[in-house]
Amino acid sequence: MQAFTKLTGIAAPLPKANVDTDQIIPARFLKSISRLGFGKNLFANFRFKEDGSENPDFVLNQEPYRRAEVLIAFENFGCGSSREHAPWALLDFGIRCVIAPDFADIFHNNCFKNGVLPVRLPKEVCAQLMEDAKLGANARITVDLEREVVVRPNGEEIPFKIDPLRRHLLLNGLDDIGQTMQHAPAIDSFEARQKAAQPWLYA
Amino acid sequence: MSAQKPRTLFDKIWDAHVVETLPDGTALLYIDLHLTHEVTTPQAFDGLRAAGRKVRRPDATLAVVDHNIATDDSRRTGIVDPESRLQVETLEKNVVEFGVPYIPLLDDRQGIVHVIGPELGRSLPGMTIVCGDSHTSTHGAMGALAFGIGTSEVEHVLATQTLLQKPAKNMRISVDGNLAFGCTGKDIILAIIGRIGTAGGTGHVIEYAGDAIRALDMAGRMTVCNMTIEGGARAGMVAPDQTTFDYIARTPNGPKGDALKRAIEWWSTLPSDPGAHFDTEIRIDAHAIAPQVTWGTNPEAVLPITGVVPNPADVADEAKRAQMQRMVDYMGLVPGQRLQDLKVDVVFIGSCTNSRIEDIRAAAAIAKGRRVADGVRAMVVPGSGLVKKAAEAEGLDRILKEAGFEWREAGCSMCLGMNPDKLTPGQRSASTSNRNFEGRQGPGGRTHLLSPAMAAAAAISGHLADVRDYQPKEAL
Ligand code: SF4
Repeated sequence: MQAFTKLTGIAAPLPKANVDTDQIIPARFLKSISRLGFGKNLFANFRFKEDGSENPDFVLNQEPYRRAEVLIAFENFGCGSSREHAPWALLDFGIRCVIAPDFADIFHNNCFKNGVLPVRLPKEVCAQLMEDAKLGANARITVDLEREVVVRPNGEEIPFKIDPLRRHLLLNGLDDIGQTMQHAPAIDSFEARQKAAQPWLYA
Repeated sequence: MSAQKPRTLFDKIWDAHVVETLPDGTALLYIDLHLTHEVTTPQAFDGLRAAGRKVRRPDATLAVVDHNIATDDSRRTGIVDPESRLQVETLEKNVVEFGVPYIPLLDDRQGIVHVIGPELGRSLPGMTIVCGDSHTSTHGAMGALAFGIGTSEVEHVLATQTLLQKPAKNMRISVDGNLAFGCTGKDIILAIIGRIGTAGGTGHVIEYAGDAIRALDMAGRMTVCNMTIEGGARAGMVAPDQTTFDYIARTPNGPKGDALKRAIEWWSTLPSDPGAHFDTEIRIDAHAIAPQVTWGTNPEAVLPITGVVPNPADVADEAKRAQMQRMVDYMGLVPGQRLQDLKVDVVFIGSCTNSRIEDIRAAAAIAKGRRVADGVRAMVVPGSGLVKKAAEAEGLDRILKEAGFEWREAGCSMCLGMNPDKLTPGQRSASTSNRNFEGRQGPGGRTHLLSPAMAAAAAISGHLADVRDYQPKEAL
C-alpha cells in the first residue's frame, strides 16, 4: 500500500449527500479481477452520457478537475454496497483524499486499507472548501496527515482527527495482515478454547 | 469480580470473540464463518498468493457464485460474457489452490450467498459471520453478529481468521404489537428506514425486538436484517428463540442430536439481559405500518402505498429540495401523483432480501388464478437451487408460470446490473430487492422497492398497487 503523508493538489467539489458506491463505480464495471483500471469508470453514470460521450457538466470532466487529487462532498459519502472497487476507482483516477462531513462505515474502512485518506470535517467547512475548490487550479489545498491539518488556499489551517493506529499504518504504508500475524499464538489459543466450548463450530 | 453488568446480544457475541485488545482499543475479533463470492475475492486471493500466505481455516470458509451468473438456461452452456466468465473461473481456480469448499454453479445448493448460509445451517446463533458484501447483515436474523467487509478485509480474514474492529454502539428497535393485514417484514424494514434515514444507524449494531419481530418467521427476520445496511448500520440482529432453533433443526448441515442440544443451551444464553444498556432506543407501533413502497432513489424515500409523490417545493432546506427534485426527475414522477397510478414495465421478485420459499409462496398466493398485465415482464428468481426445488415440489412454479411470470434459476439477477438481467433506460420496476439507487438495476432504470406480495399485485394490475385490494382468489 502506498503511504499517505502530505498532499498538495487540486480539489474537486461534489456538492451531493449520500454519494453511494453504485455512483462511485457502477456494478456493471466490477468484473475485473485486478485492483487497477477502475479509474476510467469512476462516476461513470455522471461522467458519460448514454452514447458514451463525456458529459461536460460533470466536475471531473472539467479543467482543472480532471487532475483532482482531493474530492469534497457532503454527508454519508460511500454508502451502499461494500465494494472496495470504490476506493480503487478513486485511487486509480488519482484521488487520494476525500473530505466530507461523514462517511459510511464500510467505505471509511476500505479507504484506509488502500491508502485513500477520508477526512471528516463539519458541513460548513466542507461547503467553504468547495467554494475554495471552485477557484480552480490556483486554489490548491494541502492535506497534511502528519500534522492532521487541511490548509486552505489562503493559508488558514483546519485541524482534523484520524484514529492513531490508522494514521500510523497510513503514514507508513503498512499492511495490517503482517501486523495481525504477530498475534498468531493468541489466535491459536483462542481456537483451542472455542473448540472445547463450541465444538459444532469446527468441521 | 462482582455480578456481571447486564449485556446486550451484541456485547455477548463481541466479548466471546475478542482474541486480543490492542492498546488503542481496537479488538482483534475472531471470525467463525467467512462466506465468499466471485466479485469481491479475486484481488484478495491474489494478495495471499503474492505474500505466500495460506487460508487459515478452509473449514470455516465457503465459496459460491451468485452475482455474475445468468439465471436462465444459458448457465448450463457456459457464461457468455467474457469478463463474468473470467471472474467465475478465477474463483474456481482459487478455491482449488487454497482448498476452500465451493458450491459450483450447477449444484442444487448454489444460490445467493445470504440465502444459502442460513438455509444450509452454516450461519448459526452466536457466530461472527463476514462476507465481502454489505448484505451480510442478513445472517444476523440467526442471532449472529454478521457484517459486510471490503476485499482487503476478506484477505485479512482468509489469512488470519480475524479482523481488526472497533466496538460498535448498541441500538434497539422495538416493533411492538401486531402487524396489520397485508404487511410483512419488508414493510417493517422499509418503514424503519423511512423513520431513521439512510444514515440513522451509522456506527451502531441494531437489535430488532418486540412482538412483531418475534412473530416473524426466519425469512421475515432475514428480510429485516438484510436491509439494516440501508439504514446505515453494518449489522442487524434478532435474538435466537424457538423459531430459530426449529429452523436450524431442519437444515442439512446444522448441528444434530446431542450437538444441537448442547448448542441450544449455549444459544439460549445469548439474548440481551434485562437492563442491558442501549445507546439508542427506538419504538415503532407495528399496527401503524401500512404496505410500503419507495418512490425515490434511496431507500429512505419511502411512503405507504396510499401516498402521493411528494413536492420538492414543500421542502425548506435548499440542498434537500435539490436532492428531492433530482429524485423526482430521475424517477419520471410528477408531484402529487398517486403512487398507485404508476405503471410498471418490469416486476422482479428475488434477491437476498426476498427470494426464500416464504416469499415465493406470498407472491404465488396473489398470482394464483390471475394474469400478469399486458406489457409487463414479471420474473421470479428463487434465492437458491434448494428454494427452487422446494417451490417446484409445492407447485408454486406452475402457478406462477400459468399467471405469466418467468420462473428462473437462482442468483442475484436483476438486483444489480452486472449480469444479463437488467432494466433498460427509463424502465420502471417494482422490485423486492434492497436498493433503488440510480442505475442499480441497469443504467437509467427506475426502481420501486416493495414486498413480494406487493410486487405480485403490481404485476397483475400493471401499476403499483395496494396488496390489500388483491387478496388471494384461491387457496394455494
Ligand atoms: S441479491 Fe443483490 S444485494 Fe443480495 S447479494 Fe446479490 S447483488 Fe447483493
